[in-house]
Amino acid sequence: MDLAYTEAEEEFRGRLREWLAAVLPGLPAKPSPDDWPARRAYDTAWQRMLYDAGYAGLHWPVDAGGQGATPTQHLIFLEETEKAGAPYVGANFVGLLHAGPTIAAEGTAGQRARWLPPVLRGDAIWCQGFSEPDAGSDLAALRTRAVRDGDDYVVTGQKVWTSHAEVADWCELLVRTDPDAPKHRGISWLAMPMDAPGITVRPLRTLAGSTEFAEVFLDEVRVPVRNRVGAENDGWRVTMVTLSFERGTAFVGEVVACRRTLDALADEARRTGRWDDPVLRRRLGRLNAELRALWRLTQANVSESERTGGVPGVGGSVFKLRYSGVRQELYEAAAEVLGADAFDVDREWVLDRLSSLSYTIAAGTSQIQRNIVAERILGLPKGR
Amino acid sequence: MDFQLSDDQRALRSGMRDLLGAVFGRDRLRAAVERGGTLDRSLWRELGAAGFFALRLPEEAGGVGLGLPEAVLLFEEAGRALLPGPLVATHLAAGLVEGAAEGRAVVTAVDGELPVAHLAEADAVLVGADALAGEPLRAFVAAARPVRSMDPLTPLHRVAGRTAPTRAYSGALHYEGALLTAAEQLGSATRTTETAVQHAGDRQQFGSPVGSFQAVKHLCADMLARTEPARAAVYAAAVTSDPVEIAAAKLLADEAAVRNARDCLQIHGGMGFTWEADVHLHLKRAWLRAAARLAGAAAEELLAAGLGAAPKRFGSSAAPGGGAPEAGAGG
Repeated sequence: MDLAYTEAEEEFRGRLREWLAAVLPGLPAKPSPDDWPARRAYDTAWQRMLYDAGYAGLHWPVDAGGQGATPTQHLIFLEETEKAGAPYVGANFVGLLHAGPTIAAEGTAGQRARWLPPVLRGDAIWCQGFSEPDAGSDLAALRTRAVRDGDDYVVTGQKVWTSHAEVADWCELLVRTDPDAPKHRGISWLAMPMDAPGITVRPLRTLAGSTEFAEVFLDEVRVPVRNRVGAENDGWRVTMVTLSFERGTAFVGEVVACRRTLDALADEARRTGRWDDPVLRRRLGRLNAELRALWRLTQANVSESERTGGVPGVGGSVFKLRYSGVRQELYEAAAEVLGADAFDVDREWVLDRLSSLSYTIAAGTSQIQRNIVAERILGLPKGR
Repeated sequence: MDFQLSDDQRALRSGMRDLLGAVFGRDRLRAAVERGGTLDRSLWRELGAAGFFALRLPEEAGGVGLGLPEAVLLFEEAGRALLPGPLVATHLAAGLVEGAAEGRAVVTAVDGELPVAHLAEADAVLVGADALAGEPLRAFVAAARPVRSMDPLTPLHRVAGRTAPTRAYSGALHYEGALLTAAEQLGSATRTTETAVQHAGDRQQFGSPVGSFQAVKHLCADMLARTEPARAAVYAAAVTSDPVEIAAAKLLADEAAVRNARDCLQIHGGMGFTWEADVHLHLKRAWLRAAARLAGAAAEELLAAGLGAAPKRFGSSAAPGGGAPEAGAGG
């Protein structure tokens, strides 16, 4: 058990810090959250800066245009960029963290050459067309149909919860190509250009008041067959392969950010005098324990991934289950620190409190995570 | 960074598990319960011979010369096996009290207002910075009142006239004691999770193993989601020896041990409420350990005091999402 970083890892950290200190002061102001074109421009400009400095696709394999960094280097990158207040991955999320890795792992040489460099340079934004109104936790029940017509698939259906749909160039789309096969075996993975005729994007307003995602209606959209990644009807496996790219680093930036928020809450409570309340103080103290433990668990998962070269064993689902609850509790405590100001959405942390409500739902609900932990890690039988 | 057990550490842990399996199996455990937790002196000496108490003494002082991470692994195994006795106090007394290192002496400790464990059979008791033995010990024991202990593995005495909380030890020893106690809690939490999963897979109702029902399997998942963060916290605190990190480890390990034992009891249904099932032994020990050495309020206050002075960030002008990155992308 060793928590010390190697000399090479510290060198990597030092170079990164220097670069961040040099470039961050020159960044423009962050755009308004409702101005999607401005958000896209801001996020892609940052991606281009990472590309020019040799940090784009840090965790991608070298033969996919990435840097082939170790899981620990990736952890350091996410930790340092978050601590420095660098922009988040933002609209580049799907391209860098899901669609890109899927293409890197399963695409042909031609598909990789076509789609990956623009993602790394910040020239292309991807969105994800997976969930449907009747296919949420049970994603494999998706019904959007793709019917072969010559060199095209003709796609009709509806997708939902699609982040960045308004500004995306491409959509990684799951469609049903064999309605008669068992549900996991009739799905294909397509790259759909978002400017194709027949696509209607309707923004959805979240309970926080912003439009973070959209519904996407597909009415006989023609997608070339050559845009399919993997074999026809093999799309479920193709999609799941990408999970093996996750090496314990998924929540690094978020845990760092939560710890900073907790420090800021303590500062604010001391400033207003609420710190004198031992119940509040102890609540913040317990959150400190939780977040420190989650940071150490991240380091353990990354170390395991570095040793095995694969997915962390106990890692992902256990971590997400615990983290999503802690994050919600953090913003409940924030409301207590704010007191009467907790009802003013212009106050810091109030919108974060609302946003945190999605954490036990998005990317696999806590109930689904518990099923995964119980069945795949603890080995309990499947059932109802 | 390599925050994983080394091969030597794995070997040490499995060696300890094998040893306890051989010298303290279930029959020995239940025999200890039936005699009210009084210690088996030959077992105590065997632990001493195996280096359990002298683990962290330097080799030139007759010890094993290992560190806190290794000690944590041994105490985790002890907690897992429900090994009785003032293990932490005797381990900390190695090199300070004659015979402790070799397992010839049983050393207990006064911890604030809590009842004192195994006082009647102790060869020494640590009170603050003092170690009482011989005549002062006999006087101390005579003034104490035996309690009918809730935990059948831990005989208890109340010490008369003690009002001001007293730390069992000063300085580093205080935190090391808290960490080793947390390691025992971690072992107990791991064991009750395994026991619950085993039972949920075996026990049939409505024609299915009860572990196939989400109401039951979700309890099991939550047990693991308590244990693994606690494990990371305990191991990290063993590496850093940082008091705030030790407080975090104690807090999370206490929670994992107590709540996992509760859930394990619940999953066992009526059997869980019997004397015969071992789960009550885990719960009662976990309650005792949670109250000892850096208990809830003290740990939380220490962790709270460690907060603050958030660094100012570059470019925090945008209102929403200013505190933390977005959840990622959906679709």
